[in-house]
Amino acid sequence: MIEAGQFDLETGAGLMACPRCDALHVEDELAEGETARCIRCGKVLGRPRAGAFTQIVALSVTSLVLMVAAIFFPFLEISRMGFGNATSLFGVALAFSHGWLMPLTVAMLGFIVGLPALRALLLVYVLWPMRGDGPPARHAGEAFRLSELLRPWSMAEIFVIGTSVALVKVAGLATVSLGPAFWAFCGLIVVGAASNVFTCSTTIWDTLEDRGAFTDGREVVADPQAVAQTRHRPAPDGRAG
Amino acid sequence: MSAPKPDEPPVLTAHRAGLVGCRGCGRVWPAGTEFCGRCGAHVYQPDRHSLQAVWAWWLAGLIFYIPANLLPMLKTQTLGGLAGNSEATIFGGVIELLHYGNYGVAAIIFVASIIVPIGKFLVIAWLATVAGRPASVEAAHTRLRALEAVEYIGRWSMIDVFVVAILSALVQLGFVATIHPGPAAASFALSVAFTMLSAQSFDPRLIWRGLPLRTRRDRTAE
Repeated sequence: MIEAGQFDLETGAGLMACPRCDALHVEDELAEGETARCIRCGKVLGRPRAGAFTQIVALSVTSLVLMVAAIFFPFLEISRMGFGNATSLFGVALAFSHGWLMPLTVAMLGFIVGLPALRALLLVYVLWPMRGDGPPARHAGEAFRLSELLRPWSMAEIFVIGTSVALVKVAGLATVSLGPAFWAFCGLIVVGAASNVFTCSTTIWDTLEDRGAFTDGREVVADPQAVAQTRHRPAPDGRAG
Repeated sequence: MSAPKPDEPPVLTAHRAGLVGCRGCGRVWPAGTEFCGRCGAHVYQPDRHSLQAVWAWWLAGLIFYIPANLLPMLKTQTLGGLAGNSEATIFGGVIELLHYGNYGVAAIIFVASIIVPIGKFLVIAWLATVAGRPASVEAAHTRLRALEAVEYIGRWSMIDVFVVAILSALVQLGFVATIHPGPAAASFALSVAFTMLSAQSFDPRLIWRGLPLRTRRDRTAE
């Protein structure tokens, strides 16, 4: 265990490298509300927020509920000259299910339903046990890494913009009515954006480490007195604070 | 490796200090470490060899971008084919929207499906070409901003694929009107995915100076 401000240039303990430009920084425990930026490229290295974990868990559960609504309620409905058709979210993904466009169906389902839902589940799994002072769940590190890897591939918000474009295109052809699933999806976008604002990956990695998910003895701890003041109960023995 | 110029603040990088930084979580390890002990990501020194992956994905994206523009994106059949069957390419779809006076939507599709992909190809090619060469601090910041823009905006090209999927699922009115997806939808989706992978494989640490510059032979062999 290393005290804040100490570092070792031989092993790299107590140091952080900016993922964008490789500039070395001395790792420090940030107070809530503080922002750490890279001295060279200005990338935000850490921005812990008070109660962020609870809020992310709440937002992720909300997005799962909305996702269930988005899947099972009707999405869009059109009619013209007595002919009508309604589609659900699955219907949209299955639009490519004819012939050799089939793999695109799988990709579509992943982009708009699977990956957003999986990311929400992973975040709940990682952060739920760590809301208070609890230790992280098993394999929480792997789960969080997977969630970060999938971030660019979950495209729910792009899908909503695509829906609006499609609506304009269809408007001349037939009458369109929006189903509850469409509004659930719009809600999903707002919730996802809010969750992204609260998510600070450095803080989550740091907390995973401080709570004992990794025991390589390199975790940086804040000044013990400051920790004693902010903590409601002392950390059990053998666990880094 | 050159000495710091007066315009560059003295910044010690993990690479120069004989260490290696994890791109996933920022943890620093001794040089030669294979996997980050904290987040499990593969750790590696910034090296121009990683540009090969960038170029490979870039080329794959470019190859699929050609049929994406030449083949039809949407096949529309109106009144059982009596009122005409039409096949629209990406560009044809934009023209059609303009024809009906939907200028806003036409602009969205034009930007997302034509401007953004082409811009992405140009920016990634430029970044990969100049990566690792000495740059002033201003130039490095410009390159980093360009990379961030490409990473952020790249996913949005998927809009057109989603539009095609929604239209094909929705407009199934039997005799009156039906819309089917064309082969360009798959090519375009692949092209977008490949360019996203290309941008992700670009190591932004290569933008900053003080990296091992390869020989001219290596550079031409890319």
